[in-house]
Amino acid sequence: MTKPVVALKSVVIRFAGDSGDGMQLTGDRFTMDTASLGNDLSTLPNFPAEIRAPQGTLPGVSSFQLHFADHHVLTAGDAPDVLVAMNPAALKANIKELPKGAMLIVDKDEFTTRNLQKVGYETNPLEDGSLDGYSIHAIPLTSLTVGALAEVEISKKDAERSKNMFALGLLTWMYHRPTESTIKFLEAKFGKKPDILKANLLAYNAGWNYGETTEDFANTYEIAPAKMPAGKYKNISGNQALAHGLIAGAQQSGLQLFLGSYPITPASDILHELSKHKKFNVITFQAEDEIAAVGAALGASYGGALGVTTTSGPGIALKSEMIGLAVMLELPLIIIDVQRGGPSTGLPTKTEQADLLQVMFGRNGECPAVVIAASQPSDCFAMSLEAIRIATTYRVPVFYLSDGYIANGSEPWKIPNVSELPDLKVEFARTQENFLPYDRDPKTLARPWAIPGTKGLEHRIGGIEKADKTGAISYEPKNHDFMVRTRQAKIDNVEVPDLHVDDPTGDANVLFLGWGSTFGPIASAVEVLRSNGEKVAQAHLKYINPFPKNLGDVLNKYPKVITPEMNLGQLALLLRAKYLKDIISYNQVRGLPFSTAELVEAAMGVING
Amino acid sequence: MADIALTKKDFTSDQEVRWCPGCGDYSILSTMQSFLPEMGVPRENIVFISGIGCSSRFPYYLETFGVHSVHGRAPAVASGLAIARPDLSIFVITGDGDALSIGGNHLIHAMRRNVELKILLFNNRIYGLTKGQYSPTSEKGKITKSTPIGSLDTPFNPISLALGAEASFVARSVDSDRKHLTEVLRAATAHKGSALVEIYQNCPIFNDGAFDSVKDPSTKEGSLLQMVHGQPIKSAKYGVVKNDLHFEVKPLDQINEVDIIIHDAHHPDPSYAYALSRLSGSELEHVPVGYSAMLLDRVTHHWSTPNLMK
Repeated sequence: MTKPVVALKSVVIRFAGDSGDGMQLTGDRFTMDTASLGNDLSTLPNFPAEIRAPQGTLPGVSSFQLHFADHHVLTAGDAPDVLVAMNPAALKANIKELPKGAMLIVDKDEFTTRNLQKVGYETNPLEDGSLDGYSIHAIPLTSLTVGALAEVEISKKDAERSKNMFALGLLTWMYHRPTESTIKFLEAKFGKKPDILKANLLAYNAGWNYGETTEDFANTYEIAPAKMPAGKYKNISGNQALAHGLIAGAQQSGLQLFLGSYPITPASDILHELSKHKKFNVITFQAEDEIAAVGAALGASYGGALGVTTTSGPGIALKSEMIGLAVMLELPLIIIDVQRGGPSTGLPTKTEQADLLQVMFGRNGECPAVVIAASQPSDCFAMSLEAIRIATTYRVPVFYLSDGYIANGSEPWKIPNVSELPDLKVEFARTQENFLPYDRDPKTLARPWAIPGTKGLEHRIGGIEKADKTGAISYEPKNHDFMVRTRQAKIDNVEVPDLHVDDPTGDANVLFLGWGSTFGPIASAVEVLRSNGEKVAQAHLKYINPFPKNLGDVLNKYPKVITPEMNLGQLALLLRAKYLKDIISYNQVRGLPFSTAELVEAAMGVING
Repeated sequence: MADIALTKKDFTSDQEVRWCPGCGDYSILSTMQSFLPEMGVPRENIVFISGIGCSSRFPYYLETFGVHSVHGRAPAVASGLAIARPDLSIFVITGDGDALSIGGNHLIHAMRRNVELKILLFNNRIYGLTKGQYSPTSEKGKITKSTPIGSLDTPFNPISLALGAEASFVARSVDSDRKHLTEVLRAATAHKGSALVEIYQNCPIFNDGAFDSVKDPSTKEGSLLQMVHGQPIKSAKYGVVKNDLHFEVKPLDQINEVDIIIHDAHHPDPSYAYALSRLSGSELEHVPVGYSAMLLDRVTHHWSTPNLMK
C-alpha cells in the first residue's frame, strides 16, 4: 500500500514533551536527517533551566522547532505546521501557537486524569471538542512502544523511554527522511548497552511502520532540496561554528588556542567542542571561576597564545576587572558572551540581547574594547575569524557577542576551503636594544607583543597607569590624559568593513537596522513586506565598537530607521548618542526570537504612521 | 643556562624601590635578586606575576618579565601562562590579603592542580596598602582601624590551608633570615609542581614587631623550630615529639633527644606536614621553619605534555 505523496515547499515541526522525554535529541536527529537531504533549515531548541523539572508539569516542557524548506530559510518559523505533544503539559504549553488546520500528534496514553489535572485541564481536550479545527492524531504512543519492545528484556520504564524514537520514526516516515544516520547514531550512542540499543531501534522502526500501515495517516510529504551555492554543507549550531572558527583562525594565525572557561549556560558547548581538539594545538582550561577563566586566558595571551574565554552575561560581570587589566596591558584577548535572559540569573536557557551595554561600558574608568556580534549560527564561524584578526592586529580585548538563539539553533553551513581562509599570521617582538614595551605601531597603535623567552625584552607591566613608550609606572597628569585618549583612539581606529545595505529599489524610506540574532526574523519580515509591495531596506550591524565608518551616512539616508532588539533599546541608545538619529526602537524581552509576523506589523505601523 | 654567569645586579631593574623604610620586603627582594643567578635560568625565561598590595610591587624591581595583575588573581593569570608556556620559570608574589582573602579561591585551586608555580606569600598579618585593616592572618582580638574592639575572626594558618588544598610543597621562612630564605627558595624552585612559601614579613608602619618572637635574639632561639631534612626538629630550647596522633613542642630538658622527630622533608603523607603546621599557634611561640616537599604521586598541570595531546 503506497500512500499519496504531497509536495510541500516548507514545513515547521515542533516536538514538545517533558524535559525527560528526549525532545532535544529527537529534534536534533530529525534535523540531521533533514540536512542530509539538502533542505535549507533553521532550528529553535527551547528548554527549561531545570535538568528535570517535576514530571508532567508546564515548567518541565521542553521543545524543539525545526523549519525546513526547498528554499532559503531565515528563521525557525513563527508557528508550527505540525506539533508533536508527548503529554498534556506539552499540549497546553504549545497549543496557543498552533494555527487552526495544523497537524497535532499526541500520545493518547499520557492523557490520564492525573496528568490532565497536573496542568489544569478539567476535561480531556482530546474529547471535549476544544481541539476542533486541528488535524488530530491521538496515538497510543507509549503502549505501542512498549508493545513493540515485548521481546527485549528491559524494564517497562526503559521501554517507555523509547517512545521518542517511535515518534521520530513516525515523522521520518511521514516526511521521507532517510533512516541510516539515526540508526548509526543510536548504534554509536548505545553500543555498550545492547538491550537499550535494541529497544531504541525497535521503537524507531515501529514508529515508521505505524505510519506506513495505519489508516490514520492518508498522505506522506516531500520537500525538495533547496537550491544552495555549490559546496559541501554541514548542519551546525552557532556554538559549534564559533568553536570551529576559533580553531581555524588560531591555525591561520599560527598561535596556540588557549580557552579559559567556567561552565555556564548557554556557552558551555563551546568548551565541550574545543576540548575535543587538542590535536589542533588547542588547550582548554576549566577554571575554578569566571575570573580565573579570563585571568588564565590573559596569562596565556601574555605568553604568546591566543587567549579566549567563553561565558554568558553573569560571567561577564565577574570578569570585568580582569578585562580592564587586558585593556591596560594591551594584549589580544577574545571574550565570548553567549547572551541569555537577564538580569542576574535571569532566564539561563532563553535568549536575549541585553548585554550590549554591559560589554560596552561595564568596567571602571575609560575602558574601551572592541564589540562584534554574530548574526546567524553559520555566521559564528566567520565572526570568530574576525575576532582573532582584530584582537591580534590591534592587541586589544574583543567582545564577541552571540546569544542563546544562534548558539543552540542550527542551520546548514558551507564548509569553507582552507585556502579561502584569511592569513592571520602574527609577529612577536624580536630581540632589540632599548626595547620600549609601549612604543606603538603608527598605523594600528598596537604595542609590541613581547613574549617571555625573548632575550632583551624583559619588562614589567600591570594595571597601574603607564608612561607612554616605556611602560613604567606613571602618575603624571598629562601622561594619563594622553594614555586614556590613546587607548580610545586605538579602538576607534580598528578597521571594520562598511555596513552593507540591502535596498533593491534604492528608494526605500524605511530601514530595518538590527544586530545579532535578529537577522533571521528581520530578513524574513523584509521578504514578506517586499512581497506585499512595500519598499524596505535592511542592514545588519556586526561591528558595534567601533561602528562601520559609513553608518552615519546610512542613517542619514533613511528618514525612518527601525531597530528591533531583544532588550529595551540598547543599540538604539548608542545610535542616538553617537549620530543624533531618532531611531524607532522596537523591543521585546520574552526570551524568544522575534516572530516574522510581529516585525511585519511593526514595520507597517511605521510605514503607515 | 645563561651564556655568561649573571649577578645580582643583572636582576635589578632600573625602577626606584618604593616601599616604606624598614619594610621587610626590601630584604626579601635583595635575597631574591641574589638567589636568581644561582637558578641558572636566563632572565627572559623568568616571570614574576603579582596581585595587588605592597608586596605585589615586587615584579617592578626585578630585571625579568613581570606582570602586576589584579587583586587576588595572580595565581589565575600565572596558571594560564604556566600551562601555555611550560618552558618558563614563574613566581607568584602575593600577600596575606591578596592570597588568602580576595584571592583565596585561586590560591587553593592552583595548589590542587599542582601548576608549575612558585608562590611566595609575604605574610605581614595586616593590610598595608589600604593603611592598616586586619587581614585573614591577623590574630584574634587584634585592634586595627577596622576592628576597634578587636577582630573576632580566627586567622588562617597559610601552611595548613595549603596542605588542605593538596599542596605538594609547603615552606616557611622569615624575611630577615637571608640564608634560610635562600635555602627555602632553592628547594621550592627545585620542586616539580606548585610550591607555597610563606614568608613572615614585618610591616614597620601598621604592624611593627608582629614577628618579634621569631626575630628578637632573646626569644628567637626558642621559638624557631628548624625543619632540616634528616635532622631533629628543634630549637635551642625545645624539641618536637610525638603525642598520640599529633606532635607537640616540649622543653628539651623534659624529653629524650632520641624522641625528637627527625624531619623527613619528603614524607609521602601530607598529614605529617600538616601536624607540623599546627605547631605554630597565633601567638607564634613556636614556629616551624623549613620546608616539606612531599613525594606525592601527582602530575603537574602541563596540558602540553605528550600524553595529554592525543
